[in-house]
Amino acid sequence: MLSIAEILQGNPNDSDYNKKPVIVQGITGNYGSYHTQRMLEYGTNIVAGVTPGKGGKKHENIPVYNTVKEAVDATGSKISVMFVPAKFFLSAAKEAIESGIKLLVAIPEHVPIRDTMETLELAKKNDAIIIGPNTPGVLIPELIKLGIMPASPFKVGNIGVLSKSGTLLYEISYNLSEAGFGQCITLGIGGDPINGTRLVDAFDMISDYPNLEGIVVVGEIGGDAEETLAQHVIDSNFKKPVVAYIAGRAAPKEKRMGHAGAIVYGNYGSAESKVSMFNKANIPVAKRPGEIPMLLAEKLKQSD
Amino acid sequence: MRLLEYQAKELFAEYGIKIPKGLTSKNIEQGRKDAQELGFPFVIKSQVPVGGRGKAGAIQKCHNQDEFELKYPQILEMSVKGEKTRAILLEKMAEIKKELYLSVFLNRGKRCYTIISSSDGGVEIESVKNQVIREIGLGEIDKQVAEDVAKEISLEGNSVSDFVDFLQKLSKITIEKEVELAEINPVAVLDDGSLLALDGKVITDDNSNFRHPELLKYQEQTELEKRAEKSGFSLVELDGDIAVVGNGAGLVMSTLDMLSDNGGKPACFLDVGGGATEESVYEALILISKMENVKAILVNLFGGIVKTTTVATAFIKAYKNKLIDHTVYARLKGAEAEKSKEMLKNTQTQLFDSVEEAINAAVIGVRKNA
Repeated sequence: MLSIAEILQGNPNDSDYNKKPVIVQGITGNYGSYHTQRMLEYGTNIVAGVTPGKGGKKHENIPVYNTVKEAVDATGSKISVMFVPAKFFLSAAKEAIESGIKLLVAIPEHVPIRDTMETLELAKKNDAIIIGPNTPGVLIPELIKLGIMPASPFKVGNIGVLSKSGTLLYEISYNLSEAGFGQCITLGIGGDPINGTRLVDAFDMISDYPNLEGIVVVGEIGGDAEETLAQHVIDSNFKKPVVAYIAGRAAPKEKRMGHAGAIVYGNYGSAESKVSMFNKANIPVAKRPGEIPMLLAEKLKQSD
Repeated sequence: MRLLEYQAKELFAEYGIKIPKGLTSKNIEQGRKDAQELGFPFVIKSQVPVGGRGKAGAIQKCHNQDEFELKYPQILEMSVKGEKTRAILLEKMAEIKKELYLSVFLNRGKRCYTIISSSDGGVEIESVKNQVIREIGLGEIDKQVAEDVAKEISLEGNSVSDFVDFLQKLSKITIEKEVELAEINPVAVLDDGSLLALDGKVITDDNSNFRHPELLKYQEQTELEKRAEKSGFSLVELDGDIAVVGNGAGLVMSTLDMLSDNGGKPACFLDVGGGATEESVYEALILISKMENVKAILVNLFGGIVKTTTVATAFIKAYKNKLIDHTVYARLKGAEAEKSKEMLKNTQTQLFDSVEEAINAAVIGVRKNA
C-alpha cells in the first residue's frame, strides 16, 4: 500500500515537496468554489480547476480547463478534489483516472453504488486511489487540506484519525486537540456502503506515518469495516495504541440513518458486533466522543 | 428502498421467476374477494418491511371463511417489530419437498456482489447452515457458476436447471434494478423437482432512484420524510418525545446514543446536512412542529464554519411565528457562541457548552413536565 504521506507530501528531494499541485473538478459551482477558497487559505496548492464549457476563464485567479486532461497536461497534477453532482460522478471520475489522476478525493454524496464500483474497477487498473465518495476529505494539519472540513478542530500532532462520518471527524479531532493531542493526519473514508479507500486500507496508508503515536477510529453502524479492521490489527500485531468510537448504538434496525451505509440487517452492521470485535483486538471503545482523549491517554500510558 | 414481499414477487414475476399464486389487499372487503378468487386453503401474510413475521404470528394458514373472518382483521391490525402491516398477501400453499436459501447481495467489505446459497433454507440468513458463497464482481452470473452452486447444495435433476434459471434472473434484477440485496428465502423444491419462490426480499440502492422511475411506485415515505428529502435532510421518525436535530449523520446518531444512554427517548433522527444555515434550521423546526409526540427539542450542531448567531436567529423566528412552543436544548459549536447566548437569553432556548449538558437538561426537563 502506497503511503498517503508520499502522495500528499512527496519526497523531501522533490522540488514540489509539501506543495504537490492539486486540481479541483467542479471549481465554478457554489460548493466547489467556496471550498476551493477555504483550501487555498489552508495552504493547499490548487493550481487548476475543471468545469466543462468554462475552459480558458480564470476563477479566483485559478485557470479553468474544459477537461481534466488539459488541466493535468498544463500542471502535472496527480491529485484531484471533486465537487460534481452525484449523477455526474461516474463520468467525471473516469475522466480523472484516464487523465492520470492518482489520488481522487470524491466529495459528492448520493453516488449510486454501481457507479462507485465501476469507478473502482478502473482505478484498480490504473493504480489510482479514490477516497470517498461521500467523504469530507483528508487533511494534514497546517499543511494540506483536500476536502470540506473546517480548519479549526485540527492541530498539529502525532495522532491519526480515521472516520466514516464527517462531523464526527471534526468533533473528535476537536476533542483531541483540546486535550493536547494534535493530529498528523485525519481522513474520512465516507459514509457510503462502498468506499474507494476502506477503513482497513486507510489504516495501512497511515500506519507507517512518520512520528505516528496512535490511531483513533471513528466508526458507525453498517457493514463490517470495523470488524475487518479489528481483525487486521490482531493479525498484523499492530503495537501502537488504537482507540475507537462507534456511532449508532441506539439506531433502530433496518433504517438508514442519514448515511447510505449506516444500516443494520440482523447482526450484520450492528454496533454490538463492532464493539465486540474491537474488544477482542484490545481496542477500547468510547461511549461518547468526549471520552476519546481519556481512553487514548490511558492507552499511551500503557504502551510507554 | 426496501420492497415488501408482494412487491419483490411482482418484480420476480416480471423477470420470470416462478412464484405461488397470490393476491394483495389492504382491507377486508377486497380481502374477501381475493379469498373467493383464490379458494381455500391459503396463507395470510402480513406485508411489513421487517423480518420475523412467522414468529410474530403475522403469517397464518387459513382453511375456511370463519377462520378468514377472524384472522384477516387480526393480521391487518398487527405490528411486527414496530412496523404496522401495510397490506395483506393471500397466497396458495404448495406441497414442499425441501426449502433452499438463495440470495445475491452487495458484499461491502469485498466490494463485489456475492451469491449465498444453502440447502437449508427457510430460516433467517444468520442461522442458515452450510452456506455456499461465490463472489461475482459487478453481478454477472454465467451458467457454469450457477450450475456449480446448484451442485454444491446437492440439487439434482430438473431442480438444477430451475435453480440456474432463478439465479441468472436474480442476477439480472440485481444489475438492472441496482439492488443491494435480492433474496429468495425459502426457495421451495416441489414434488416434481421444480422450484418456487415462496418469499422475496429486495432492497434497492436509494441513490440510484433517479435512474429507476419504474420503482418509484414502491417507495414508501411519510409526508414528513418526503418534505425532509426535498430539503436535503435525512429524517427517521421514532417513537420517543425528544426530537434530535444536528448536522451530519454521524453526529446525530451519536447524539441519539447519548440521549438513550441517559434515559431519554428520541422522537426523531433529523440530519440537516453538513452545513447549517438559518433556513435549514428553520425548516427543521417546521418539520418537528408537525410531529405530535415531541415535548422537547435537542439540537447538536458542530460547525467550524457555521455562525451560531444565524442558527439562533432561526430559533427566535420560530418562537415569534409560534411555530414551536417547546424548549430547545442546544449545543452550538461554532463562531460567536457568546453573542448567540445573549440573543437567546429571554427565549425558551437553552444553550449549553457541551452536548452532555444539553442532553441532561433535556431529559430532566421532559420528566418534570410529564
